[in-house]
Amino acid sequence: MNKTRLVVVGNGMVGHQFLQSLADSGRLGDFEVTVFCEEPRLAYDRVYLSSYFSGSTAEDLAMGKIEQYREWGLNVLISEKVVEINKADHLVVSDKGTTLTYDKLVMATGSYPFVPPVPGHDREHCLVYRTIEDLEAIKASAAQGKVGVVVGGGLLGLEAAKALRDLGLETHVVEFAPRLMAVQLDDMGGALLRSKIEALGVKVHTSKNTQQIVDGEQCVHRMEFADGEVLETDLILFSAGIRPRDQLARESGLAVGERGGIVINNQCQTSDADIYAIGECALWDGRIFGLVAPGYTMAKVAVSQLTGGESEFAGADMSTKLKLMGVDVCSIGDAQGRTPGAKNYTWLNEGDGTYKKLVVSPDNKILLGAILVGDAEAYGTLLQYMLNEIQLPEFPESLILPSRNDDAQTGLGVAALPETAQICSCHDVSKGDIREAVSGGCCSVGDVKGATKAGTGCGGCVPLLTSLVNHELEELGVEVSHDICEHFAYTRQDLYNLVRVGNIHSFDELMEKHGRGGKGCHICKPAVGSILASCWNNYVLDTQQVKLQDTNDTFLANMQKDGTYSIVPRIAGGEITPDKLIVLGQVAKEYNLYTKITGGQRVDLFGARLEQLPDIWRKLIDAGFETGHAYGKSLRTVKSCVGSTWCRYGVDDSVGLAIELENRYKGLRSPHKIKFAVSGCTRECAEAQGKDIGVIATENGWNLYVCGNGGMKPRHADLFATDLDKETLIKYIDRVLMFYIKTADRLQRTSVWMENLEGGLNYLQEVVINDSLGIAEELEAQMTHVVETYECEWKKTVNDEQALKRFRQFVNSDKPDSNVVFVQERGQIRPAREEEKAEPIVMVG
Amino acid sequence: MTAAQEWIHICNLDDLVADSGMCALVGERQVALFYIPEQKQVFAIDNYDPVGKANVLSRGLIGSAEEKLFVASPLYKERYCLESGECLDNDELVLDTWQTRIDGERLLLDPQPFNRVALKQAG
Repeated sequence: MNKTRLVVVGNGMVGHQFLQSLADSGRLGDFEVTVFCEEPRLAYDRVYLSSYFSGSTAEDLAMGKIEQYREWGLNVLISEKVVEINKADHLVVSDKGTTLTYDKLVMATGSYPFVPPVPGHDREHCLVYRTIEDLEAIKASAAQGKVGVVVGGGLLGLEAAKALRDLGLETHVVEFAPRLMAVQLDDMGGALLRSKIEALGVKVHTSKNTQQIVDGEQCVHRMEFADGEVLETDLILFSAGIRPRDQLARESGLAVGERGGIVINNQCQTSDADIYAIGECALWDGRIFGLVAPGYTMAKVAVSQLTGGESEFAGADMSTKLKLMGVDVCSIGDAQGRTPGAKNYTWLNEGDGTYKKLVVSPDNKILLGAILVGDAEAYGTLLQYMLNEIQLPEFPESLILPSRNDDAQTGLGVAALPETAQICSCHDVSKGDIREAVSGGCCSVGDVKGATKAGTGCGGCVPLLTSLVNHELEELGVEVSHDICEHFAYTRQDLYNLVRVGNIHSFDELMEKHGRGGKGCHICKPAVGSILASCWNNYVLDTQQVKLQDTNDTFLANMQKDGTYSIVPRIAGGEITPDKLIVLGQVAKEYNLYTKITGGQRVDLFGARLEQLPDIWRKLIDAGFETGHAYGKSLRTVKSCVGSTWCRYGVDDSVGLAIELENRYKGLRSPHKIKFAVSGCTRECAEAQGKDIGVIATENGWNLYVCGNGGMKPRHADLFATDLDKETLIKYIDRVLMFYIKTADRLQRTSVWMENLEGGLNYLQEVVINDSLGIAEELEAQMTHVVETYECEWKKTVNDEQALKRFRQFVNSDKPDSNVVFVQERGQIRPAREEEKAEPIVMVG
Repeated sequence: MTAAQEWIHICNLDDLVADSGMCALVGERQVALFYIPEQKQVFAIDNYDPVGKANVLSRGLIGSAEEKLFVASPLYKERYCLESGECLDNDELVLDTWQTRIDGERLLLDPQPFNRVALKQAG
């Protein structure tokens, strides 16, 4: 069979999705595919474009990968633009002179930013926000100025404003309409959003009609508005909407709409049946869809049509859920209540800064639309009511009014959703698909995500997905076991409470009273060891404790791949005297240890043999060092910048506070490791917002951030409380940490813990700041006990003959382990690879 | 089984740590010893971790799965039965084991290792 020659014009997000869907269909082999990509790089994620200024690279944003495309056998032409389509002869011609014959052609040419034709719009430093090249131009321009203006207060405009703010510019938003996000919000929602954004330091100007842009006096430009006011700025970013890129189609004689857009039918075909158009360049039923999800749907329809399927495009729901500069904004269906006779229910809470509105059918039965600002929790439920026309409760307002303590839950139960209900709109996964996945053997949300892709796009549906998966599992009679392991029919939290309440001081006692018998295992033993240490702070190597510890805790060092250990002495706040630094060097030299600086501002010494650890520590202790707990699930480091003591910009003494915090919480055993950082000003050189506990100095005190982390799945910390004095700051940290230790799961970092707390950050603030559970004093007292009973484990160990017994390679010989072999690399030791070992270990059979 | 067993004195029970591991050097072999006072027994298996390729099993954590006592490797956490040397997480891995005897305070060990696989194959 001859292959169909398929040409794809455009490689944006939708163009990429088309190729992905074609590959997923398993029919790639039927086609000979050529892709024209006009930009110098393949498809990337434009939705998260502003993250380019907060640290993401072009690489991070990339969606289309050339290796992947090659594997699929595509012919990819980068930086090459199609300039002519000859429909009669089925030919395309590029700007580089490539001429190709096609059987089928797909146009995914996207859109371009609309720039209002005001005089001066083409001056230097007047830019748009669409491509990575645009971003680079914005960055270069921003470096030369102080003030930036975004023209357009819609969704993209506010994203662009975030970008300017991230670049450190004084940022203004100029909007023609009387409110922000005029398409998605109403006046009250727009006003609340405005006040929130202004509180973040962005100045908003509405009802402003720009007349012309001329030379400024203080800045590069002066914008003159119809009402006579003026605004001076160095940089202008136009984000006043998009227009379909239909010029090629227009010149090729394809039908286009009056106001632009390539006309398509339900099959996504243009006026020429061999040519398809998908995404923002396409006009369906007189509408352009400026969101990515409908574009993806069109891509799938086109693939289906090209491979003999029958999928059709039937329009798309334009409901959106966004986080704009940290503010939750949702708009569902007929948000502005344009339907004749529609009734509104609104709830405005100026205290919390939340606004919720329902638009309901005249008979009060069906949800037509909704707006949520400041609290997006109800989005999933409301969207399902609207999409599936589920009958509303008797009092629809119960869906948006805050529930007071004992009120019954008003959210929509997942059982009420029809089979066809779309749970994940990014990947178009229905309730039926998820039920099928669960009955097909998926036993967790993670499994279902893997099998269906649900929840892996924007992530907005994950709470709904989770309750649906749990509901389905329960329906199938699957008991979701929360037992920690086979030895205890309890969760870690249960065990913590049993230990605390029962005043239990040993594993054996806990097993006898609450266990199922046996020796325990590598799961429950370290967990119980950690709980006992958190509660009573006993010496980890006493006879009752020693058998509970994993090797790192047993030997108070970190085992490396060859069985040797690394040693990390505590260097509180990263501050170290030259004399102590010299001691580290001398010890490392004497024992021939590999040395490396850690990410937590300490020094790690590698390659110590088990039997060397006590000697090495005696020397370190004599020089004034303490254990750094790098081996424990406990406080690791408090990283700090140099702060106001030396730094020209510092507003407070970050090093001093870091040392104080590190000395307060050192040795605290917890469900997982804990990292802190303290920055002396908002430049945030200590990266406190990537830590479990982050503190940043302000003019008026300290801002506290909680539950961030780096690692495999980085999470930005949440701002917990602002402008605290030191006493309050420490009080809050005491409470947060003890509440974490009390309620977290085994090996659960603070980030996951908080995300799993019902009510999340708000709940944690209630417990810690407002003491809603009445346990604040208790938490503080428990922390005080741990702080007061601290002792350096190594100091105790080097003087404890019983504990030292295990620090030898052989119970019956002083020889070292012959399988530990080092070679030299870059002037230091490293473990020899198997093939490098001079004498292979004798394996007697 | 060999007719005449030769027992060698490795150490005293006092040198071991209850419910925990220690290592002994027996000729060229490293033997991980686990003292379980409850059973008045010391288990002996190869100290070499075939997955991590290092001599570390004596430094692993002891536990029980159903009735079987095991040690979990401190490197990658595979569990090995203290009695048989069999890996509970990978059927293909079996460690050598040694026979021990407690004589008063003394721990005695037969330096001839067992290999279950070799024994099975030999029929």
